[in-house]
Amino acid sequence: MENRNGSILSVKDLKTYFQTEDGVVKAVDGISFELKKGETLGIVGESGSGKSVTNLSIIRLIPTPPGKIVSGEVVFDGRDILKQTPEEVRKIRGRRIAMIFQDPMTSLNPFLKISRQIGEITELHLGHTRQQSHEHAIKMLTLVGIPDPESRVDNYPHEFSGGMRQRVMIAMALSCEPEVLIADEPTTALDVTIQAQILELIKKLREETGTSVILITHDLGVVAGMTDKIIVMYAGKVFEQAPTGELFATPANPYTKGLLKSVPDPAHEAGEPLYQIPGLPPDLAHLPPGCPFEPRCNYAQEICREQFPPFVQINENHHSLCHFAEQVYAESQAEGGVK
Amino acid sequence: MLRFILRRLLIIIPMALVVVSITWGLIRVAPGNFYTSEKKLPAAIEKNIREKYCLDCPWYQQYGRMIWNVVRGDFGTSLKYEGQTVNDILRRTVPVSATIGILAYLLALIVGLTAGTLAALKQNSGFDYGSMAFSMLGISVPNFVLGPILVLVFSLWLYWLPPARWGGPLNLILPVVTLSAIYMAYIARLTRAGMLEVLRSDYIRTARAKGLSERAVIFRHALRGGLMPVVSYTGPALAALLAGTVVIEKVFAMPGLGNVFIQSVLNRDEPLILGVVAFLSIIIMIFNLLVDISYAFLDPRIRYE
Amino acid sequence: MEQENVSPVKGTSLWKDAWRRLLKNKLSVFGMIVVILIVLAVIVGPAIIQATTGFTPDYIPSDKGSEFVKSFPPSLQHPMGTDDTGRDILARVLQGGRISLMVGVISTLVSLIIGVSYGAVSGYFGGRIDNFMMRVVDILYAIPYILIVIVLLSVFGGGNTPGFIKFFVNLFGGGAGLGQIFLLFFALGLVSWLTMARVVRGQVLSLKNQEFVLAAKATGVRTFGIIFRHIIPNVLGPVIVYATLTIPQVMLSEAFLSFLGLGVQAPYASWGSLAADGIKNIAIYPWQLIFPGVTMALTLFSLNFLGDGLRDALDPQQRKF
Repeated sequence: MENRNGSILSVKDLKTYFQTEDGVVKAVDGISFELKKGETLGIVGESGSGKSVTNLSIIRLIPTPPGKIVSGEVVFDGRDILKQTPEEVRKIRGRRIAMIFQDPMTSLNPFLKISRQIGEITELHLGHTRQQSHEHAIKMLTLVGIPDPESRVDNYPHEFSGGMRQRVMIAMALSCEPEVLIADEPTTALDVTIQAQILELIKKLREETGTSVILITHDLGVVAGMTDKIIVMYAGKVFEQAPTGELFATPANPYTKGLLKSVPDPAHEAGEPLYQIPGLPPDLAHLPPGCPFEPRCNYAQEICREQFPPFVQINENHHSLCHFAEQVYAESQAEGGVK
Repeated sequence: MLRFILRRLLIIIPMALVVVSITWGLIRVAPGNFYTSEKKLPAAIEKNIREKYCLDCPWYQQYGRMIWNVVRGDFGTSLKYEGQTVNDILRRTVPVSATIGILAYLLALIVGLTAGTLAALKQNSGFDYGSMAFSMLGISVPNFVLGPILVLVFSLWLYWLPPARWGGPLNLILPVVTLSAIYMAYIARLTRAGMLEVLRSDYIRTARAKGLSERAVIFRHALRGGLMPVVSYTGPALAALLAGTVVIEKVFAMPGLGNVFIQSVLNRDEPLILGVVAFLSIIIMIFNLLVDISYAFLDPRIRYE
Repeated sequence: MEQENVSPVKGTSLWKDAWRRLLKNKLSVFGMIVVILIVLAVIVGPAIIQATTGFTPDYIPSDKGSEFVKSFPPSLQHPMGTDDTGRDILARVLQGGRISLMVGVISTLVSLIIGVSYGAVSGYFGGRIDNFMMRVVDILYAIPYILIVIVLLSVFGGGNTPGFIKFFVNLFGGGAGLGQIFLLFFALGLVSWLTMARVVRGQVLSLKNQEFVLAAKATGVRTFGIIFRHIIPNVLGPVIVYATLTIPQVMLSEAFLSFLGLGVQAPYASWGSLAADGIKNIAIYPWQLIFPGVTMALTLFSLNFLGDGLRDALDPQQRKF
């Protein structure tokens, strides 16, 4: 699956801060990653870890104020998006980088017909006429598996179920055959059976179109079968990054280990309580000088409270942000993988 | 939809009759009335009136006769303005009030929508603070204070505009501006709040993620949702316009409906009161119906069966 | 977008939190301070003026001006000038403020009691009762409130003053025209509850199916107890907000009625009646309108800002008027 014909999107040291009543919230604080053509990247983390802000920053959709991209680079197809004019960025949005959002109930405009909401994208970017865009919208609805698309295309969003609306969102996102698709928790708001269908659909369409995908989720189970590599985010930082198989087999960060342990699995003994990482995510406006995970970590030592953890390179594709990364990695290897 | 409109239109008639009945009851409950005390009428006229309104009959016969007259659209003759039928008076005064009221509401819509939308788009800017403080002022300054002050400045000091009376278009400027101030202010505030809420919503983010220009995002996606609160305000606002015009007509000496209504209430001019109340209640209910209908056109989620 | 607001739960109550938010809103704090200052001025002001300059609101100097001209522009002695009988306008504005502010408080309380009970009952019982009660509100909306106020004033005026109003009149010293004024307060309250009833009904409708109400029902709490102990405390936020915005509205209605000569009458005065007096002389003695008018506008302005801030503080979701 790994496709080595170069990177399509590369994010370097991205920092997005929010000005709030309580002070500056460092929602994203020095994120770097690379997305190769045809690759699927998973970004995992609890709510508030900065996953969504990272991806909104990529296409500069951070509401300003209060948000502000403070520094960094987002190189897409050889050019830094953060340095382009708003006009140039608009030509990328929807055309070359498209997004699917979490809640399909609120992400579609309730006042406009589906045909308009899909049609306006291809009219804008591909120069379609009304007629062409209408036909194209029907084609897209067919592609995402909406039954009876010819009549459904002129319905309003409220006439669709949640799963169907998310299919519409996907149809909208893919209507210009974008090079990168960012799916921000695309299944969180849906029923479990629908979740599987939507994931299958994304997977299938990715294979058909060769689109690179960034899949954001808080659910490790979702990314397991779909991604080539995974970034684990915590408190606006990348805590661990590794190819999917390696991350699941030999995590090198206590936070990742905790996340993996808290995923329910079929082998789980009935009656035994499910593992839960103790405590709550930190207040991003008042981060301690040391490791932000320290209060919740069972590896925590004096040094974790005092010094920010180092960036530890485990191997070429695997790194971890932890004072004890090597030790955790060794333990994981000894256990033969958590899962 | 058509059935809904028809049903609502049919219900207006009994509702208006209830309003008229309550009004009639209120007038009768009040001690002393036009026929007995307020003003001495020549004996012959009084006798005529007593016969016409059956004032010596039991109350239910009087009520029945009144309702029968109202249903036929015959409100009778004013007691104060002798010799003029209520319908004549309405025909003469309604155009005056309607002209001022409609112009004022249009002005309020144009200025209020523009200011509110701009304030929402530039939230926390100088324009936002300025226009919101200004609109708070519009809500807080009573129009009987604003009107005379405008007259003082523009008529008595600057000699730009005529101070009062019904006449050419220039005579309309001050009353229309005075009357529209409070509606302008409310609409600006409602628009701003509505737009801010919509601009924060997920579907606006979706629209931006499509690469649409800011213009398209606002005009195609945001405006409709942002204006819903203004639409629902329009019903009560047009109803309240009457109370506003009373003051405007008094301050600017305009021969409108508001003035006639206050006079009729003060004089206990029963036929005139009933005529004005019936007319206004029907207008108010029709406006409310129009608001509901426009809701259904604006928001596809709303369906009337 | 996820709000990055994940601080651990601090032990602040809803009200403390709301108060903190209110204090952050500069305009509301400004409004609150101005309202407090005006209330204080209205309470102690007339006495201070009498003590320092000897003017009372009703004092007509005999030694100044000609027989025909007694209106003087603002001066050190009369900061707001004098009216056309030579009375000190500042003293009259402060005195009139008592009545204007009392209208705001008393009428709002009356409308609050009626509106909250009516709306709560309508929303709680729902179905046909709700439908009927709301149609009644619709009908009352269509009757011009001026008519109702005038009828109420004439029915209960004169010798027919109800006992509880006499009680209030005696409480405030029992002046001759006071009965009429208190009647006006109640009449305004009686016509201002409609919107409050609608607001409360909407809240109750959404509240009544929530778990804690079902739990109370399941444990056998009676209907009356559920409405007054479980539902009304939970609609308090919007009610307070709306009440704060009702105060300026009824003050405006009173001023409007007084302007038409139907409200507060001599020897009593309110900002509305003072402004109405001033309008007659607008061309020659503009200060007679401007000072009462501006004082009233400033008060309403501050009350509106305070109400706005309260709404944002108590219920950030609700953004209607």
